[in-house]
Amino acid sequence: MSNEAVAKVEASSRRRRLPSINPIYLVLVLLIAAIAIKNPAFLEPLQFMNFLKRAAPLAILSAGQVFVLVAGGFDLSVGALITLTVIGASMLQSNDPNATWWVICLLFVLGALVGLINGLVVVLLRVPSLIATLGMMITLTGVALLWSGGAPKGYLTDSFRFFGRFNISGIPGIGILPVALIVLVVVVAFLWWLMHSTNYGRLLLAVGDNPRASQLAGVPIGRVRVLAFVVSALSGTVAGILLGGFSGVSPDAGNGYELQAITAAVLGGAQLLGGRGSVPATVAGAVTLTAIFTLLNFLGLPNPVRSAVQGLILIGAVALAMYRRKHAGR
Amino acid sequence: MKRLFMLAALLSLVLGVGHALAQAAPNFDDPAEFAKQKANLTAAPANPSDPIYLQHIGTDMVDTAKFKKPAPWTLCFSNAATDNPWRVVGLKNMQAQVAVDKANIKDFIVTDAGGSDDKQIADINDLLTGKKCDILMIAPNTTAALTPAVEKACAVLPVIVFDRGVTTKCPLSFVHPVGGYGFGIAAAEFIAKNVPKGGNVLALRILPGVDVLETRFSAGKHILTDAGLNIVGAEFTGGDNAKTKSIVEDYMQKGKIDAIFMDAGATAVAAIEAFEDAGQPVPVITGEDQQDFLQKWKADKLTAIAPTYPNYVWRTAILASEMVLSGKPIPGPEWVLPQPSITADTLDKYINTSMPPLHYAMCGCEDFPDYPARWK
Repeated sequence: MSNEAVAKVEASSRRRRLPSINPIYLVLVLLIAAIAIKNPAFLEPLQFMNFLKRAAPLAILSAGQVFVLVAGGFDLSVGALITLTVIGASMLQSNDPNATWWVICLLFVLGALVGLINGLVVVLLRVPSLIATLGMMITLTGVALLWSGGAPKGYLTDSFRFFGRFNISGIPGIGILPVALIVLVVVVAFLWWLMHSTNYGRLLLAVGDNPRASQLAGVPIGRVRVLAFVVSALSGTVAGILLGGFSGVSPDAGNGYELQAITAAVLGGAQLLGGRGSVPATVAGAVTLTAIFTLLNFLGLPNPVRSAVQGLILIGAVALAMYRRKHAGR
Repeated sequence: MKRLFMLAALLSLVLGVGHALAQAAPNFDDPAEFAKQKANLTAAPANPSDPIYLQHIGTDMVDTAKFKKPAPWTLCFSNAATDNPWRVVGLKNMQAQVAVDKANIKDFIVTDAGGSDDKQIADINDLLTGKKCDILMIAPNTTAALTPAVEKACAVLPVIVFDRGVTTKCPLSFVHPVGGYGFGIAAAEFIAKNVPKGGNVLALRILPGVDVLETRFSAGKHILTDAGLNIVGAEFTGGDNAKTKSIVEDYMQKGKIDAIFMDAGATAVAAIEAFEDAGQPVPVITGEDQQDFLQKWKADKLTAIAPTYPNYVWRTAILASEMVLSGKPIPGPEWVLPQPSITADTLDKYINTSMPPLHYAMCGCEDFPDYPARWK
């Protein structure tokens, strides 16, 4: 008994002394190891690259979502924004490959606009973000439905699908390099820098941690929050472009992605009411979600069992994140 | 504490564990129905010279003389939902038929229940109390829940049920294609014919628990297993392209796939792309009559078949209603429409590259004056 207590104290003091590793990385490594044991071919470059390519849209979306979460809000509109992006792309392109570039530019404008409206509604009209973005989600779903009449009207051209589907082949060492992976690395590097190395990132954490104190300290909390929503919405646009590229046009491409993105951030240790969160850990959370899906495919369990296992892994991972926060005090 | 609650709510939303565990298991494996649909698949219609959307298998008719009414009529329709492209195309078929017959139809009132039983029961109630309808068409959301509402409507109005069924015999006719077993039979027999014994089949399904989808798979399973084929997996895709592609990629790693069986074709192209992107030949595949799949099939010269759940059933419902109000007998108590499959021989006939990707080729809508504009 006393031995255990001593061990516990030692362990916790060790955690305090050393920069502790976020447990999500551990969970991710364990999951990937489990997949590899079940199917050794998974670690071959080709398969692994495909896996990362598949995870890219959710990873980018989650990395944007964590900005809003850190600022103390939610962005539930991103799933519907993905759907609108995919359907809008097919409608705007009307099967013309030369239209790709201006269509993509327009989609980013649309995304920025959605984020701006979300942010302004939350900041100026003081609508709680849960409700504001829920309203936006319903609105965007309606717009997508209205625009397409319920079924998409065109295909996505190969030039549009390049980002989400194409693999650069013949790379020494790894064989193929999916374009989506390059997009993932660039976007995540940027968001990482934005949250963890800029003044804006520090203000964001401060606003989420204690809005009143930040306001008294002179932080322009309105602007900081609005920008967080814009970042999240733009990440939704990028995710939509990748997802449309990966799998083509579909009338419900983004269904459920908002909750997956929030889950990924929580897996990565983000706090739901703001003040804490990390871009790289969130990305690891998103890859973990994708890995759970893949592992369950490989295990070939019956469907109800699969849902239960998925739930248990998730709860376990989040519990681990909470435990670590309590004991590491960070 | 608040935080914990939110987390719990979030997780339960993501997981839907309750949903998966709460599924009861009604009988989707009925040998008698299987045999009947197998026979109907190849049966000759009683009126082969009529357009396909007016043909019927079997000769039973119901007398409707007492419902005869002078035109113009108000037709009412309680729709379960317009939540997928099949239903979108179907509703357009109805509207097109109404437009053609506008001399006889003064109004076409449609309610949309958005996939909710409660809403549809209320919708039917509203239509009945509004007293405007001369006839009521119902596409029920779920079978058991809607039966009492349909019975209530039968007491007041002539009723036509189509698409999904109810357990009461009170409607004048239940208009439907051969059925889910028929779909599964057509798909699985094609695979059994084209894949040697011992081959691996991956089944891709949309949703659990929907009768017309469950029966497709149950029929398929019987035929595939009897043919000595190995069903390596039966996965639910939720109709999601990205998920479909991911599942197929994972199964490709697990072992060779000789055929893909689909219980609905909306994600067939995503499944095909998984093989393309991996640089592997596309195996034998069964899809459905969506344009994107048909075009991909032709372009890549696939070994494929497209069983259909013919979309013209929506058009037939309007035509049946008009026949009832004119006092003409209609096929009943079941109007079984033919359910042809699109094969390599008939593929060209159904391809129209100017149509949207998820347009259903077996819409029976080509002879409308505003085809194809209305469906674009």
